[in-house]
Amino acid sequence: MRSPYDEMHTVSAEVREQYRVYERWLERQPGASMQARREEAEMIFRRVGITFAVYGAKDEDGSGTERLIPFDLIPRVIPQQEWTAMEAGLAQRVTALNRFLHDVYHDQEILKAGIVPTEQVLKNAQFRPEMLGVNLPGNVYSHISGIDIVRAGNADGSGDYYVLEDNLRVPSGVSYMLENRKMMMRLFPDLFAMHRVAPVAHYPDLLLETLRAVAPAGVNEPNVVVLTPGMYNSAYFEHAFLAQQMGVELVEGQDLFVKDGFVYMRTTQGPKRVDVIYRRVDDDFLDPMAFRPDSTLGCAGLLDVYRAGNISLSNAVGTGIADDKSIYPYVPKMIEFYLGEKPILNNVPTYLCREKDDLHFVLDHMHELVVKEVHGAGGYGMLVGPAATRSEIEAFKVVVQSNPSNYIAQPTLSLSTCPTFVDSGIAPRHIDLRPYVLSSGKIVQTVPGGLTRVALKEGSLVVNSSQGGGTKDTWVLED
Amino acid sequence: MLSRTADHLFWMARYMERAENTARMLDVNYQTSLLPQSADMAEGGWRGLLSISELTGPYSKKYSEVTPHSVMDFMVSEASNPSSIVACLHAARENARAVRGALTTEVWETQNQTWLEFNRMIDADRGEFQRDPGTLFEWVKFRSHLSRGVTVGTMLQDEALHFLRIGTFLERADNTARLLDVKFQALAGGDDFGPGSALESIEVDFYHWSAILRSVSGFEIYRKVYRNVIHPAKVAELLILRPDMPRSLAACMNEVVDNLQRVANEQSSETLRRAGRLRSDLQYGRIDEILATGLHAYLTAFLDRVNDLGYGISRDFLVPMAA
Repeated sequence: MRSPYDEMHTVSAEVREQYRVYERWLERQPGASMQARREEAEMIFRRVGITFAVYGAKDEDGSGTERLIPFDLIPRVIPQQEWTAMEAGLAQRVTALNRFLHDVYHDQEILKAGIVPTEQVLKNAQFRPEMLGVNLPGNVYSHISGIDIVRAGNADGSGDYYVLEDNLRVPSGVSYMLENRKMMMRLFPDLFAMHRVAPVAHYPDLLLETLRAVAPAGVNEPNVVVLTPGMYNSAYFEHAFLAQQMGVELVEGQDLFVKDGFVYMRTTQGPKRVDVIYRRVDDDFLDPMAFRPDSTLGCAGLLDVYRAGNISLSNAVGTGIADDKSIYPYVPKMIEFYLGEKPILNNVPTYLCREKDDLHFVLDHMHELVVKEVHGAGGYGMLVGPAATRSEIEAFKVVVQSNPSNYIAQPTLSLSTCPTFVDSGIAPRHIDLRPYVLSSGKIVQTVPGGLTRVALKEGSLVVNSSQGGGTKDTWVLED
Repeated sequence: MLSRTADHLFWMARYMERAENTARMLDVNYQTSLLPQSADMAEGGWRGLLSISELTGPYSKKYSEVTPHSVMDFMVSEASNPSSIVACLHAARENARAVRGALTTEVWETQNQTWLEFNRMIDADRGEFQRDPGTLFEWVKFRSHLSRGVTVGTMLQDEALHFLRIGTFLERADNTARLLDVKFQALAGGDDFGPGSALESIEVDFYHWSAILRSVSGFEIYRKVYRNVIHPAKVAELLILRPDMPRSLAACMNEVVDNLQRVANEQSSETLRRAGRLRSDLQYGRIDEILATGLHAYLTAFLDRVNDLGYGISRDFLVPMAA
């Protein structure tokens, strides 16, 4: 593995252009003042209640344990020209993914053309036959997409961005992007006077605009709501935050009911019709009559109303077929197929264990690969070859061979690092980036940057908040 | 607004108000216990406090005798006691958290901060609390004032605010009535102030009556309104009938009715009628009539009617049957 690309320093330890002003500023800060700022940030996050619940951990009174996501004081800085290219690549990729979704639920031309294997789609658990032939406003399925991007270093010291995965179901984390910026401006107003940092605070506005734009045809003043599983869900803060910022109701399944082909919510003034649901509940739990019958988080009869076109769901039902890890390797081909363009963003080279040749390669090279479950999420069910012991690798080989089509493998990219304020001082830690892409069918929009996640443990590549990851503010510096 | 949202707002306000009133009642008992008095009388005061909140049973399951320390522990930091300050502040905060989107940032942060600070205080300063419980009670009252102030000062004057206000004043009406009931019974030695009880002949213990007034922030108000020595019938009149006394039953019912009228819906007419009737009974009532029928009987009937209103509000607005 090559030594990783560092966002602040070049291989010869020079400070990169976009960090020069910041670095000079940082040098002047006494260590004690940074520590004091860190404590201040923690206190504010707790008071504001920006917490997430940890699954499985319970207080003595039965409510979920509320924890803070560690916030790092040192921003991740992206120069304008890099962002401009990335933004174009994101729009291109998400547009192609939406075209793919419309296609697989309608004419299936990409399957007929043999570009994506038919059984890979139709036999996939994420494929929803209920959606076949259903027309959606603007033909858009993934209105809110979170695209995970990493930067890996090259031999010559340069670095390239790669898309690690697409999140088209219920991508989360955008509230941390917004709160991190607010926190940075509160703690270090002087830094913002010294830098032209592109603002992000208008995200809820763009989100509301997107949700209103995908309302059922003929509805001019749509009633938009956010559907949450409830206050003990790990992302509850974000659900409440986005509903409040957009000025719309935050509903739970019990607040909704279906009557005469429409969805209503129970209000103090009687039933009120609902037109658009920004649902933060997985497909499986949306409608006990159509999906999991034991779900109390959804609304009985919702799917029928949806198929009849009387309610819009964001994201659509069935988007999981496009962000499945087994479909990911085909995204560059989708871009060429639907848009006739060369992909702007790189995919990570991926081996599909369901293919015989690939499987052999993976078994032979497991010590240098990352092997992942096709449907895994949150950093669970994966093996990081270079970090695993010989016996762990042998054991995992058995697991993979028992069900090869459930696994993919990728070379271990050395994720770029960014200086991070840790207990021992300032040290490099691995980071990724999740920009949020909004698609309404008329326009594709992003706010500059996204959420930067950082693996706080030295050498760790796992940035998930459920496994000890933290976050940073992300700056796109305007020229 | 969502019925569930209104329900959480209503209970958030009720629990915050209840925390304040628990602190007020503990405070008045604590202050009077510092006066020279017989041990029986002191214990009676603490027993009365438990019976106000209908907690004599749960208390005796946990403690064998009534001591100031145990009662205060039970009413301040016992999480299983639904009227304890810790339980009320927790419930207020959890209700707020469930609908934080319907609150302004300031309101939510005030509730959350109250809960976080309270925990810090009872964890870290337990010894300090036992030496000087009054400071904690003052703090709870202050946080409740702050909570109400930030609500009125920052929230849009829409349904959300109305349901918060209904919760506050319904709870306060209930709590003031309970306080009056138990304190008058204690001071009258079980006399019901009924006909022939010769209210005038009760030896007026200035310190006890003034403590009751202070527990509802009414001592200075009493002087201002009556310009007279403390007189039990006038204390009752002030706390029941004076519409300008902010913790009186009449003032609470005025607020309940005004706010209910603003959220009225198609099915709420009966609840509104009952609330309006209760208000006019207070508006046109006279203290000599009330005392003639018996204060205890009057307050018991009032508590039943407040309870009935709570059910009506819940049925009409907060937990409507499936449509």
